[in-house]
Amino acid sequence: MYPSRFRYEAPRSVEEAIALLHQGGGEAKVLAGGQSLVPMLKLRFASPEMLVDINNLPGLDYLRVDADGTIRIGALCRHADLEKSTLLAAHQPTMAAAAPLVADPIVRNRGTLVGSLCHADPQGDWASVMIALGGHIVAQGPKGRRKIAVADLMKGPFQTVLAYDELAIEAVVPAPKGVAGGGYLKLERRVGDFATVGVAIAIETSAGSVIRAGIGLTGVGGSTINAVDAAGALLGGPLTADTIARASELAAQAAQPRSDHRGSATYKRHIVSTFVTRILTSVPDSKGKAA
Amino acid sequence: MQLDEIKIGGLGASRRRVEDNRFIRGKGNYVDDIVLPGMLHMEILRSPLAHARIKSIDTTKAWAIPGVRLVMTGETMASRNLAWMPTLSYDTQAVLATDKVRFQGQEVACVIADDPYIAKDACEAIVVEYEPLPVIVNPQQALAPGAPLIRDDKENQLDNVVFDWAVGDKDGTDRAFAAADVVSKLELHYPRSHPSPLESCGSIADFDRATSKLTVYMTTQAPHIIRAAVALVAELPEHMIRIISPDLGGGFGNKVPVYPGYVASILASILLERPVKWIEDKTGNLISTGFARDIYLHGEMALRKDGKILGVRMHTDSDHGAFFSDAQPSKFKIGLMHSTFACYDIPAAHLTARGVYTNKAPGGVAYRCSFRVTEAMFFQERMVQAAADDLGIDQAEFRRINFVRDDDFPHRTAFGFLTDSGQYGKCLDVGLEAIGYQDFLRQKAEAAKQGRLLGIGISTMTEPLGAGNSREYDILGIKMFDSAELRVHMTGKAILRTGAKSQGQGHETTWAQIVAHELGIPADDVTVEEGDTDTAPFGMGTYASRSTPVAGAAVAMVSRKIRAKARKLAAHLLEVSEEDIEWELGRFYVRSSPDRGVTIQECAMAAYSNVPDGLEPGLENNAYYDPPNLTWPFACYIATVEVDPGTGVWDVLNMVAVDDCGVRINPMIVEGQIMGGLTEAYAMASMQFITFDAEGNCVGSNFMDYLLPTAWETPGFELHEVVTPCPHHPIGAKGIGECATVGGPAAFVNAVMDAIKGIGVRNIDMPLLPDRVYEALTERHDVSGAPPVKMDDR
Amino acid sequence: MSSLFAEVPPEPASDVPVRRVTINVNGEARTAVIEPRLLLAHLLRQGFGLTGTHTGCDTTNCGVCTVLFDGTPIKSCTMLAVQADGHNILTVEGLAGASELHPVQEAFKDEHGLQCGFCTPGMMLTAKAFLETNPDPTEDEVRWALSGNLCRCTGYQNIVKSVLAAAEKLRGQAGN
Repeated sequence: MYPSRFRYEAPRSVEEAIALLHQGGGEAKVLAGGQSLVPMLKLRFASPEMLVDINNLPGLDYLRVDADGTIRIGALCRHADLEKSTLLAAHQPTMAAAAPLVADPIVRNRGTLVGSLCHADPQGDWASVMIALGGHIVAQGPKGRRKIAVADLMKGPFQTVLAYDELAIEAVVPAPKGVAGGGYLKLERRVGDFATVGVAIAIETSAGSVIRAGIGLTGVGGSTINAVDAAGALLGGPLTADTIARASELAAQAAQPRSDHRGSATYKRHIVSTFVTRILTSVPDSKGKAA
Repeated sequence: MQLDEIKIGGLGASRRRVEDNRFIRGKGNYVDDIVLPGMLHMEILRSPLAHARIKSIDTTKAWAIPGVRLVMTGETMASRNLAWMPTLSYDTQAVLATDKVRFQGQEVACVIADDPYIAKDACEAIVVEYEPLPVIVNPQQALAPGAPLIRDDKENQLDNVVFDWAVGDKDGTDRAFAAADVVSKLELHYPRSHPSPLESCGSIADFDRATSKLTVYMTTQAPHIIRAAVALVAELPEHMIRIISPDLGGGFGNKVPVYPGYVASILASILLERPVKWIEDKTGNLISTGFARDIYLHGEMALRKDGKILGVRMHTDSDHGAFFSDAQPSKFKIGLMHSTFACYDIPAAHLTARGVYTNKAPGGVAYRCSFRVTEAMFFQERMVQAAADDLGIDQAEFRRINFVRDDDFPHRTAFGFLTDSGQYGKCLDVGLEAIGYQDFLRQKAEAAKQGRLLGIGISTMTEPLGAGNSREYDILGIKMFDSAELRVHMTGKAILRTGAKSQGQGHETTWAQIVAHELGIPADDVTVEEGDTDTAPFGMGTYASRSTPVAGAAVAMVSRKIRAKARKLAAHLLEVSEEDIEWELGRFYVRSSPDRGVTIQECAMAAYSNVPDGLEPGLENNAYYDPPNLTWPFACYIATVEVDPGTGVWDVLNMVAVDDCGVRINPMIVEGQIMGGLTEAYAMASMQFITFDAEGNCVGSNFMDYLLPTAWETPGFELHEVVTPCPHHPIGAKGIGECATVGGPAAFVNAVMDAIKGIGVRNIDMPLLPDRVYEALTERHDVSGAPPVKMDDR
Repeated sequence: MSSLFAEVPPEPASDVPVRRVTINVNGEARTAVIEPRLLLAHLLRQGFGLTGTHTGCDTTNCGVCTVLFDGTPIKSCTMLAVQADGHNILTVEGLAGASELHPVQEAFKDEHGLQCGFCTPGMMLTAKAFLETNPDPTEDEVRWALSGNLCRCTGYQNIVKSVLAAAEKLRGQAGN
């Protein structure tokens, strides 16, 4: 319940924050929403030398849509902002489905999507969603900015490819080229539980045909899983019972669950396949249900 | 004009709670809220291993941290003969480990510092060298030949068996089975659970060298027992010990035992001569303090084709962890397990019970339960449903065939308990009507045609609440009576103190209602105090639903003593003889002239200002109540569920509760107790359990893994009542705080089992996690929940 | 506030870095010198003596430490006290007006929405903030809104009733 000592800095600009991270030399941690980091400090699972609190950085709390449909989520945009967003509810079904299922309502008031991605918890919800959507983050370091696809962000459990002096400043969902569909299903035993299994699916359809598909899996591997083959099975035609069944099977194969107190590996694999089927059959225009 | 009892907050009034006035303002006074001058803070270093020899402990670095005042290890405790302490079950428990650690989370060292952050820093700086030993996490491993001996500290302990015990009529039961048409068998595990009040345990020990008095603020449900225990363990004179249990943030049985942290904080205060506060974190609470349940059943029922139960045979193996510290006051080794089947008319029954040591936390507390009654009733109702299914008889009808009849009281159960009252059939009827039983069965059949799985589960039971009677119930020899002391002031206001200790049950509200009922003093004029051993009369505390049956009875009895004295004062004031006086609520009057009377308040004034010759002044008294029997409430819980065959997830459609707890003092509070209990029942059936992996690591050591339901998952409840007054309780009340936790789980489990009936699965162990239900559905076999849980490495 | 007497440490402070923060708590500016690692819940409780804010778990699950941070419910055990510098905090002690209880407080008492009282401050603050954004909620919406706050005693049914009753009362007040 009592964190160990650390140096605390609350910079007023991104540049200052990056300079502090650089100075920290790998022993500094970024504090955004803090809803994962502070519990880890309390349990002393993490004892960084320095905390760089970015909550005072101006202009990072946005959720906006560019003219072309690109969605941009600033590093200080809270889960609750996403949950309440009418914009997501209207245009981005996968994100809209996931937002209310992240943690619990009070944690959502504080936690951030970008922070969740950087925390790289294999049981985190947003990474699957962003992988399904083909999203990326923008990271800024001493040498400037770079884009990192969320699919490439995680190196392993709680590890990312971010350099120690890089700060993720926004997450970006590319503009859809067709009609966006999809959803997020999460098996949790009670509100605030980690996902036993979570499945995020984002598809784009044009003229009845799937032109883009992404499937991300939560809680069934050492990192969030990008079920590329499963998503590929959906491309090039309408959603049918056959393509859905194929995607479900491939997604279950892509999962690398382990048995634990949340369920056996076999069970988790089955849930992946069930959820893929359920999400895809509920997509408007899906022909899956008829089968 | 006679007083309106409801208006003065008497019996039956849903009086708003007195204690809420402080709680809703944030002015509760919990242990951690108390700050004493010069107070220091203690943190505990716990063992990361489940079974290991301690090779060395190096505290040098901890001592060197600025702000550290004291570092204590088992050696420190041993120097004061405090390394071990007695448990409530005549065993011993390590305070701080000296030889080896026997469960993950065991207390190894303590640091006392200027603030808790520093104390935690210093705990981390202590270096302990362990030599790991083989680990035992279930009875099967404990009983295996060649199993490592956990309690090598005890002379003559050559294996891991704590006890081997039997009760009932073995020969009669054997005969019943020989005569049976059908024998129905069931194997179950009631998983380890934890009461987990939101407030963890803690204490502030304050030893005053000048007066030699030790005051301890403590999260305890039984302050007087603690005082006795401290006197025995710390060898301090009892009058120099004052235990104060302030507001408690829930207890549910967790706050009955004596924990090492309490003892360590006391010694620290004695050594440092300063107040020492210890507040346990949640992990510490979940991994080291009193667990509940963790017991395996092999059950058999001898049945006649027409549905009559001829006999019951049960064997239990209970896992007590590393120290046998069950908090239970009966002379029976496995508590009141043999109260099982008390609501059914069973000719013969036999129970054998074996307890074992394992490398898990000790406890065996009665979690919202009267000493293993929760397990007893769960086993009973699961066996009853299986038996009904085996016979092909409707589960409601099967119960009706076997219920003890209304005209058969008092009834001696097969195991020897005496039940005294109830209307079992009526309660079941009310429940079936409320849930729409026949309609639901039709709905279920209809749904089945579309592949939907609906189920209905019933649980009916009577349970023994309110230990005890002193013939059979004691804790370390102290008899299980309870007490009340009532002082009526001259203006007719009063203060009442009891030996019980509220932890959310609302005693400050309901005890005053009993006084109002007995004396006509408005409840608002009665202050109720509990929890301070220097002021409250000796009592055994609050657990096992004993407050109303025992302390509540004492409140009625002391009020009657006051009334008897007031009658003498009334006779004096009215200048008639006592025999000519009649009582109505709040007033004595002359029988022949009812207009001539005096109120209880006028009598109170006279007690201090106008006392007749020969009568002592004052109007105060106390009562110690030793109940003639336990109270036997009855309950019928019925749940309907739908199981999702694709995921194994199940949802509660409806939940109906019919409770007969006799006369209800405050119906609002009674209903609150029932709904709280039903929620814990749902929690245990659906998600709440503590398990262990093969290395003895506790899985469920915080609220991320030990799941308590939120408002979202918790179903709504529909409550009904039947009233059969308790024949021996002064106001006809029976215990109620635990009925729903005890009887509820089987209703949910039976409902899920009913939904998947017909595929050859007899049992899924609680909690009915989606993966377990799915496994049963698809693999068509029973699903065990016994530890160790399989945890793949990544 | 008294300037008559204040104890100071016998030696100059150690090299532990500390910070001075000013937080508006229940409408009053409170200033403290703290270590950055101090949790907000602990500053409120031990520093400012506002013990109505409780701590219940280590893992940000139980919500008994819930306070309003610039009007929004947060778990104060999961925010560093230093992060509250310059912000407004409302605790249960600030919920009632000078003379009367907040309707949420009244409703919790009237509907028996509490038993041991430990979760109650957090529940009430969550409810207050929720009803400001959703003055006429359904039962399901209330249950959803409260799902970050655990209660072990009541089974939630009466808490939900309390919030619905408070909503009705607040709507009545707003209508006047």
